[in-house]
Amino acid sequence: MEQVQISVPARGWGQTTRADAWWVQPLAVFLGLSTFIVYSTWAAFQGEHYAFGPYLSPFYSPEIFGDSTHSLLGPKPGWWPMWLPFSPAFLILWAPVGFRLTCYYYRGAYYKAFWADPPSCAVGEPRSGYLGENSFPLIVQNLHRYFLIFALLLLVFLTLDVWNALWFEDPATNSLSFGLGVGTLVLAVNVVLLGSYTLGCHSLRHLVGGGHDRISGSPLRRQTYDCVSCLNRRHMLYAWMSLVWVGFSDVYVRLCAMGIWSDLRLF
Amino acid sequence: MTSATFRIWRGNAKGGKFQDYTTEVSEGMVVLDAVHQVQAEQANDLAVRWNCKAGKCGSCSAEVNGSPKLMCMTRLSSLPLDKPVTIEPMQAFPSIRDLVTDVSWNYQVKKEIQPFSPREPDSADGTWRMEQYDVERVQEFRKCIECFLCQDVCHVLRDHRLHGEFIGPRFFVYSAALEMHPLDTVDRTTELANDHGVGYCNITKCCTKVCPEEITITDNAIIPLKERVVDKMYDPLTKLLRMFRG
Ligand code: SF4
Ligand code: SF4
Ligand code: FES
Ligand code: FES
Repeated sequence: MEQVQISVPARGWGQTTRADAWWVQPLAVFLGLSTFIVYSTWAAFQGEHYAFGPYLSPFYSPEIFGDSTHSLLGPKPGWWPMWLPFSPAFLILWAPVGFRLTCYYYRGAYYKAFWADPPSCAVGEPRSGYLGENSFPLIVQNLHRYFLIFALLLLVFLTLDVWNALWFEDPATNSLSFGLGVGTLVLAVNVVLLGSYTLGCHSLRHLVGGGHDRISGSPLRRQTYDCVSCLNRRHMLYAWMSLVWVGFSDVYVRLCAMGIWSDLRLF
Repeated sequence: MTSATFRIWRGNAKGGKFQDYTTEVSEGMVVLDAVHQVQAEQANDLAVRWNCKAGKCGSCSAEVNGSPKLMCMTRLSSLPLDKPVTIEPMQAFPSIRDLVTDVSWNYQVKKEIQPFSPREPDSADGTWRMEQYDVERVQEFRKCIECFLCQDVCHVLRDHRLHGEFIGPRFFVYSAALEMHPLDTVDRTTELANDHGVGYCNITKCCTKVCPEEITITDNAIIPLKERVVDKMYDPLTKLLRMFRG
C-alpha cells in the first residue's frame, strides 16, 4: 500500500488541542476496573464466607470442590499440590476473567485506560511503536469465542443457583421449604445482568447469524440475530452493570455469611 | 452582536503556526461561517476546502478545539466562546496549506479493495432478488460521505502512521459494505487480515465517535470483519467444520 509522508509531527504523550476533560472517562474506567480487580482477587483468595444458607457467591459458582453444601464433587481434592493455595474460586474464575479480558468492549476500554493507546481520542500517545492485535501477544484476543462457551455454561450454573436460593432449610426439621429472601433477588438480578451482557456478545452475534450474508433465510436465525443485536447495542452498559452487580452479590453473600448483614426473608 | 476569537492554523507542508482572529459572531453561525468571515475580512489568503455547507460533501473536515469535525456542521453555540476556538487541519494527512490537507492516499487505498462482484443474475432480465432485511446492514455503511474524519482520529494512522499497512476505519466500512452484501461473491477476509491490517484496530471506537453520519463503525463494521477473519484464519473449530462440510 502507498506510504504517505506526513508533515505534521505526531503529538507527544498527552498532547492535544482538546479543551474538554478528555481524561475523565479513561480515569473512571481505570478506577472502576482496578477496584474490581483488587476486590475480586481478594475475595477469590479468601476461600471462606462464600456461601450462606441456600446462597452461593457467583465468584465461587459452580463450586466444583469445596467445603460448603453447594460443592458438586466434595471437599478439596487430595491431589491438589500442598504448596498451592486452594480456593474453590480458582477452579472457575479463569473463565469469566478470560471472557471479560477478551471482550471487545473491555479491550477497547482497557487499552485506553491502562495502556494509553490512545489515552483518549485525538490525544498524543506515550509510545510510537505499535503492534495492535495484529501479532503476538494481542492476537490471542481472537480466542474470545472459546471463552464465550464457558461464559454461557456459567450462566446455566448461576441460574441453577437462583433456583437453589429459593429453598431454605428449616433448622428444626432439616426439611426444605420454598421461600424468597433478599439474597435470592440479589442472585436473580445478577443472572439477568450477566445474561444481558453475555448474550449481547459480539462473537455470539457473529455466530448466531452475523457471519452470514443472508440472515433472513432462516426465521430462527433472524430472530436470534435480532435479539443478540438488541442486547449488543447496550453491551457497554451491561458490561458495567453486570460487573458491579456480580461484585455486589459476592459482598452480599460474604457479609451475610460473616454475620455482619442479616438476610431478610420476604416469605 | 458578540465577538469571538478563532485560533486558526496557518502554514503548509514545511510548517506553520496558530494565528488569532477576532470577529463578530451571531446566532446560528457554524464554524465554517466564522472561517469564511475571517477570510473575507482579515485573511484573504486563508485556504479552506468546502462545498455543500450541508454536511453531505465531506470536504470541510478539520479539527475544532482538538476534535475532528465537519466545520459546516459545528455550531458556534456548541463551543465555549469565552476562550479562543482552535481550528486546525486534519493531523493524519499531509498538509497542503492552512486548513487544507491532501487526502489522496484514501483514494489509492480504495482502489486496492476488491470491487463488488455480484452472483449471476437471478432472472433472465438480468435482475436480482434479495430481502430488504439482508441489505439493511450494508445500507448503514453506504451513508458514508468520505469526510475521512474517522481516518484522522484513528490512532493507528494519526499517531502510529501505519498508512502503508492499515486501510483505516473508512475502508473497513467500505469493505464491510461489500463483504456483507447478500449478492457479493468475493471473499476479502484474507487480505483484510494480511494486507489491510484489520488486526491493528484495537477497537477503541474513536472513529465511531466522530462519524458525522453516525455510522456504528466499530461495532457494526470492524468487529464483524474481525470475527470473519477469526473464522477464516484463527479458529481451528470452524476450520474443522468447514473441512467436513466441504
Ligand atoms: S476503533 Fe479501530 S479503526 Fe476505529 S479509531 Fe479505534 S483503532 Fe481506529
Ligand atoms: S465512516 Fe463516517 S467518519 Fe468515516 S469517512 Fe465515512 S462519514 Fe466520514
Ligand atoms: S464482545 Fe463483550 S462479551 Fe463478547
Ligand atoms: S461543506 Fe460539505 S460537508 Fe461541510
